[in-house]
Amino acid sequence: MDALEIARWQFGITTVYHFLMVPLTLGLGMTVAVLQTVWYRTGNEQWLRMTKFWGKLFLINFIMGVATGIVQEFQFGMAWSEYSRYVGDVFGAPLAMEALLAFFVESTFLGLWIFGWKKLPKLVHLATIWCAALASLLSAYFILVANSWMQHPVGAEIIDGKAVMTDAWAVFTNNTALITFPHTLFGAFAVAGGFLLGISWFHLYRRRKEGIDSVDAQGRVVVGEDLSKGKNRDKTDYQVWIKSLRIGAVVAMVSFLGVALTGHEQAKLMFEQQPMKMASAEAACHDGTGFSVLTLGDITTPGSTSCDDIVATFELPGLLSFLANGDFTTEVKGVNTLIPEYQEKYGKYYPEDPNFGPYAGQEINYLPVMEVTYWGFRLMITLGGLSAVTAALALWLTRKGTVPQSKWLSRLALLSIAAPFGANSAGWIFTEMGRQPFTVAPNPQMGGIDQVFMYTAASVSPTVSAGEMLFSLITLTLVYGVLLVVELVLLTRYIRGGIGAAMPELNETPDTKNPDGSGHDKNDDGDVLAFAY
Amino acid sequence: MDWLPALWFILIAVLWCGYLFLEGFDLGVGMLIGLGRNTEKRKRVLLNTIGPVWDGNEVWLLTAGGATFAAFPHWYASLFSALYIPLTLVLVALIFRAVSIEYRGKAKTARSLKLWDAALGYGSLVAAFGVGAMLALTTLGLPLNENGDRVGGPFAWLTWYAVLGGVAVVAFCWIHALAFVRLKTDGPVRERAGTLFTRWLPLAVLPLVAWVLIVLLENDSAVGWALLAAAALALVVSIATARAGREGVSFIALGLMLATGVAAIFTAVFPVVLPSTLDPAFNLTIYNASSSPYTLKLMSIVAAFGVPLVLAYQSWSYWVFRKRVKEEHIPEAHHPEPIVK
Repeated sequence: MDALEIARWQFGITTVYHFLMVPLTLGLGMTVAVLQTVWYRTGNEQWLRMTKFWGKLFLINFIMGVATGIVQEFQFGMAWSEYSRYVGDVFGAPLAMEALLAFFVESTFLGLWIFGWKKLPKLVHLATIWCAALASLLSAYFILVANSWMQHPVGAEIIDGKAVMTDAWAVFTNNTALITFPHTLFGAFAVAGGFLLGISWFHLYRRRKEGIDSVDAQGRVVVGEDLSKGKNRDKTDYQVWIKSLRIGAVVAMVSFLGVALTGHEQAKLMFEQQPMKMASAEAACHDGTGFSVLTLGDITTPGSTSCDDIVATFELPGLLSFLANGDFTTEVKGVNTLIPEYQEKYGKYYPEDPNFGPYAGQEINYLPVMEVTYWGFRLMITLGGLSAVTAALALWLTRKGTVPQSKWLSRLALLSIAAPFGANSAGWIFTEMGRQPFTVAPNPQMGGIDQVFMYTAASVSPTVSAGEMLFSLITLTLVYGVLLVVELVLLTRYIRGGIGAAMPELNETPDTKNPDGSGHDKNDDGDVLAFAY
Repeated sequence: MDWLPALWFILIAVLWCGYLFLEGFDLGVGMLIGLGRNTEKRKRVLLNTIGPVWDGNEVWLLTAGGATFAAFPHWYASLFSALYIPLTLVLVALIFRAVSIEYRGKAKTARSLKLWDAALGYGSLVAAFGVGAMLALTTLGLPLNENGDRVGGPFAWLTWYAVLGGVAVVAFCWIHALAFVRLKTDGPVRERAGTLFTRWLPLAVLPLVAWVLIVLLENDSAVGWALLAAAALALVVSIATARAGREGVSFIALGLMLATGVAAIFTAVFPVVLPSTLDPAFNLTIYNASSSPYTLKLMSIVAAFGVPLVLAYQSWSYWVFRKRVKEEHIPEAHHPEPIVK
């Protein structure tokens, strides 16, 4: 493997990994803010318990997102210096804004939230989690503006061989960004919904298995309590889990609807903006209207580009046109039509330029790796749909107040956690791999070779050796692997610990000054910190 | 709009200054916990002085990096790619540092606690060293060709200048953390920090002064010398007030020393942002490394709005957590009991 391939693997691995933490941070942050708001308004303890429990899991996950996020910002300069030089004038701006306008708010106000229980007035404390959660959404917007510009460059032109921003408004209201943003957010909320659903299911299931809760003749829940474990298994505990489960299920279903609707709009744009990506997502070699549900043939051989061998075995007529245009008859261009178009517009061979390294003068392969785009696209949709079905099923199964005592169904709960993560990863792998061979895909509305676009082959740092790249790839992958285990162990421990794990104060003698563990404590000099590392 | 690149040069100097000042004590506290000998309770006192604020402080690094990318893409690309290996290590160090701050309190065994402490201590040490080396090299030069790419292999950056910058920042973080801890704690931790700070302050800032001197000798600048004089004055004030037990003043004076020292360095190298040791014609300057006036103008508007806002709410957060942390404030370590297997 040469430096370019290693750099790509590294970017892929670190980004997919980072984006395991990100959607959970986005979705769970908003969830915790809403839960705390309900507690603030009702004063009902169950909402406080939910805030604390989900907040604890949120924090365990948040720090991993922070730690792996720094790698993302640095590796543009480290491994992709030519890319950074070419696009910095446009691409650097949203990154800098993300740090200045979003990350600062997020991290400062989260620090205030974690350590501010008891210290800040209740309303101010509530405001801190809202600031942090909304800032995380803002950061998502900025980074998606940057990414969307790579998918669909607007508001820039080439001056002295570099992309230069000419219209900031166009960059920040890029239609690609405006549709990717809600699509990503709904994807993140689906992750949070599945997370709430799966973990709450587990606790309700255990309560039944231990004989705390039972069902009457009509199948309705009879809530019990087991006070031998402190308040961990009281009646409020039941409320925490059933409410979390049902909220999670509704969030997951609504999010799926949102993901599907925005995804459809996004696909229509992508047919216009990156026709090759969508053609390869379809393994559509020839022009047509049918959506392939299952395609067999040469796309199963690694890196296949020999499109003509593909035998589409099962197609839904008209669906491809619906995805692309919203009707059932428009012909969508296939790979075999698009390749000559790309060659005519952007050239058949890479330029003889030292920045292309070993790729200079080689023939350009305009077709993304079809097995990745084809299956990535389908995996995203399947897993997304699966999580929605699971959520609907969970809502129906718990309509009488608790979960059934079935081991098999409790495994389904695990699936509801995993599926949305998988859908998010698959979607990103599809859209990023589908953009190849470009880092900045050309905007077809803007013309040809003289417009803003960049080949991946020319983006990598010219004098960083393959050995260096391999060193960082191995180091980061190992570190990430170890930390994933650590995070999962900790999450599991706090999940198994139930509410008491996130609320040590729950099973202690109540503080007479502050029975609800909150409120403004003016005379706290002798007091123990409400939270301490 | 000729002044825009100069404005951004100043702004990036300010961001680095803010980073070194704020994250300086976080990294130093990390070293004190992970590499020093302390009881568990005292380690937790130390950790909780930075607990609510360290993450916000780290964003100064991200903002300095992001602002360099936006305002001087060539500076960002050349510097970061030239330092590929050391920055990889800095990233790993920062990852371990961040994760151990959050997770060390969740360790159940003495062995895992020890591992987290090592991650925190060495993570802070390596991050401080790496950032110092990077800043020293961007002021003193790297072997860059006409495209701004590093020549001479993966370790071409490893010079005495890099080591000096690394040592300077490590030593500064350590001494700065002692001043901070002295100000933010009470009891034995405060006393011990006070003793160490007063004793080692003059020695600990020597490498930093040496770095400023080398930069000034290589790039003669009257303003630079004046700023160095101001830094020396701030240092004297810090030493004198430290001995007199005026913790707040000596902490601020040390911060001013840092600020004037960094200002002296950046003033002296202006307008060069990254010199090439191969040929001055390959130097990256604020003119040939910067973004277009349009982008710089946009970013200036954003910064004019964003920077004061950040300063305001970060100051508020320091105000909220202004109380000294004492051993009796630290609650017992809490480990969740599994209520379900």
